[in-house]
Amino acid sequence: MGVIDKVFGISPAVLALRSQRTEMISANLANADTPGYKAVDLDFKAALENEMGMGALRLTNERHMALADGFHGEMLYRVPAQPSLDGNTVESDWEHMAFMENAVRYEASLNFLDARIKSTLAALRGE
Amino acid sequence: MGLFNVFDVSGSALTAQSVRLNTISSNLANAEVVSSSEEAVYRAKYPYFSTVFDEFGEGKSEGVKVERVVTSQVPPRKEYQPSHPMADEQGYIYMPNVNLVEEMANMISASRSYQSNVEAMNTAKQLIVRTLSLGR
Repeated sequence: MGVIDKVFGISPAVLALRSQRTEMISANLANADTPGYKAVDLDFKAALENEMGMGALRLTNERHMALADGFHGEMLYRVPAQPSLDGNTVESDWEHMAFMENAVRYEASLNFLDARIKSTLAALRGE
Repeated sequence: MGLFNVFDVSGSALTAQSVRLNTISSNLANAEVVSSSEEAVYRAKYPYFSTVFDEFGEGKSEGVKVERVVTSQVPPRKEYQPSHPMADEQGYIYMPNVNLVEEMANMISASRSYQSNVEAMNTAKQLIVRTLSLGR
């Protein structure tokens, strides 16, 4: 981990995952009327742990195999409260709530990052 | 990047929902068009949506498209009106199988879906703009 990464901390990883989650929820909203579509969401905790290298598989023997890069085990299907007849599991109100919550948390991370950048710049300038 | 794919995904939904609104307005416009045979009468049209996989980004985002527009198989309304100029030899006229109540409910659903997708795009745009102004 470089110096810059240490300055920024966990926020960049959080932003990347939040934007990925935004995309997933917008896909749910887009498919709110598609028959048979199954709503998905991100297991944020597992995804973040994976991203930060926590809870990753440890390779203790040279014959162990690493997980492939494209492994997205954190993607889960939603369990609908009221399943509809056409097999669609999108619940618009729930998706709206999740979308808004995700956007607010993204903004919170942005604010943390912004403050970090500003204080680092102030320290560099020595004003 | 995830946030930019929101535009592709929600944009595809806007297209699909506007096709749906189009078919609804076509159904409503033709609801009272009288014909003199069962074959010539207008039949209600409905779009059939399906999910688009692997088109945008890294295959994680899923848009929506109009798979096809299906024609309703409900038989047209048949009315006995011998004095009508369009009546056939038996005195029957044929009216489209459009159900106005169904169409209106469909229209509200379509416009709500359209709105929520516009909302999603707006939020994504705000987040991108805020991200671009980081550290300023």
